[in-house]
Amino acid sequence: MYQTLKNLSPSQQIGAMFVLVFGLLLLASLTLFLLSMREHDDGLAQQNHRERMQNLSGLLRTSWSLIFVFWVAWLASDISRLLLFALGSFFALREFLTLSPTRQGDHRSLVLAFFVVLPLQYFLVGTEHFNLFTVFIPVYVFLALPVASALANDPVRFLERNAKLQWGIMVCIYGMSHVPALMLLDFPHYDKKNAFLLLFLVLVVQTCMVTQHLVARHRPRPPDAPQISQSFTWHSWSWGMAAGSLLGALLAGITPFVPGQAFALSFIACAAGSLGHLVMKALKRDRGIPIWHGQGKAVTGAGGMLDRIDSLCFAAPVFFHSVRWYFGL
Amino acid sequence: MKPLPRLPDNWRSRAADWLSPLAASAVSLFLLGLIRVLTGAQARWWGCPPKAEQRIYFANHQSHADLVMIWAALPKELRSNTRAVAAREYWTKSPVRQWITTAVFNVIYVSRERHADEDPLEPLVEALAAGDSLILFPEGTRGHADEPQAFKAGLYNLALKFPQVELIPAWIANVQRVMPKGEVVPVPVLCSVTFGAPMQVQAGEDCHTFLARARSAVIALRDI
Repeated sequence: MYQTLKNLSPSQQIGAMFVLVFGLLLLASLTLFLLSMREHDDGLAQQNHRERMQNLSGLLRTSWSLIFVFWVAWLASDISRLLLFALGSFFALREFLTLSPTRQGDHRSLVLAFFVVLPLQYFLVGTEHFNLFTVFIPVYVFLALPVASALANDPVRFLERNAKLQWGIMVCIYGMSHVPALMLLDFPHYDKKNAFLLLFLVLVVQTCMVTQHLVARHRPRPPDAPQISQSFTWHSWSWGMAAGSLLGALLAGITPFVPGQAFALSFIACAAGSLGHLVMKALKRDRGIPIWHGQGKAVTGAGGMLDRIDSLCFAAPVFFHSVRWYFGL
Repeated sequence: MKPLPRLPDNWRSRAADWLSPLAASAVSLFLLGLIRVLTGAQARWWGCPPKAEQRIYFANHQSHADLVMIWAALPKELRSNTRAVAAREYWTKSPVRQWITTAVFNVIYVSRERHADEDPLEPLVEALAAGDSLILFPEGTRGHADEPQAFKAGLYNLALKFPQVELIPAWIANVQRVMPKGEVVPVPVLCSVTFGAPMQVQAGEDCHTFLARARSAVIALRDI
């Protein structure tokens, strides 16, 4: 079995992987469907059951759409793949900025962020200008946007407004753009199987997050930063880190790394992702909302996209740059 | 050889009659897509379900885009017989604006300038009598403060004339951030329209009290 898989061409291997993942998702959806048919006599139990089912089906829907996006990303050409992630950045930034109060004077900077910075960053990724793409936002945009805001002649909470915009751009555009940038890393003897690298990152970080969530839920301990997060404990975090890193080591076969390297790199990616998620929680608390989309309670409603991808936005740049630095690519 | 059939004399207007609905549905599809990408155009039916009853929706007014926003937030089935009330001076300034507001949005124009001999509410009364629902901005003009301005009496008079029509308060959030006054490029920000519980003029309630109550019902939706 393993030998047959190994002898397939890279694109066949990737195809087989998607068949496997889609199969698993289909199985999960079927199980959930059958479970949801179950009737409880007791009204309260029925209510609980329905809520749990809704929760699970929401999670499953996210997984379906994520995998579907990655499948399209693999099928598609380089350009449409970039467009896909650029669209992700666009919607994430839209959500981020909805919850950061801006004033009329910020309008020009916002237009620049959405319609100039975002396309340019992805253009730089697409044209493999690695050196420019890593400094474009932290160096050039960092200065350019406040200039646009200053010219709008509105000093009220200037630092606060600009800091928020910078933050949004760093997380939603800079962080996100490092995910497709992984496709362009050129490892020797890896036959351009970079789609695996992307999947590796997503799987490892998601496993870390899910494990952390489950441990926090089923082995509750007093939270370590209760004002920020009711669920974050160093205990559940260590479990998440262990699960993510171990999975990374196990998956070393689909990456250009040996198991030790894969373990260390997954550890770094998981740390960045899970702690980044905590930072985003702190931002949400600052705005007084429990989740980005607020389940119809906050102004925004549509999406909830940032909630799902924030850990990836923090993990991707750290992972990308550690890999590039370590392998001298 | 048979002579070519002659075009009827009014072929231009007949072609326009035939093409205009096509163009209108194309433009409305395009606008809907654009609005959803930029704002999400989310409708939150908080106080009432989206039902095809005759209603007057009244909302806060901060931007000309409010009209487009509430139009996009309504479900397709309600959109066709819900007509917004728009200022004639602004929306008929250019042929394009006029065409969009009539062919796509099917608005009812009202003049801001009062003429002694006509009742400004007359077109609204006609539309209500014909069974259409209305979208009304009772402030009359766009406000720039956080809270809406005092409401004008039109809402009260319509409510008295048509007691069977449901009055639904609505709060449009964030639209002024998409395109502030004087800007041309819109910025993507999520917007929502929150619809509240139906209200009515109570027996013996005077105009002033009712309008204050309606205004606070709209404001109350802001923080939900």
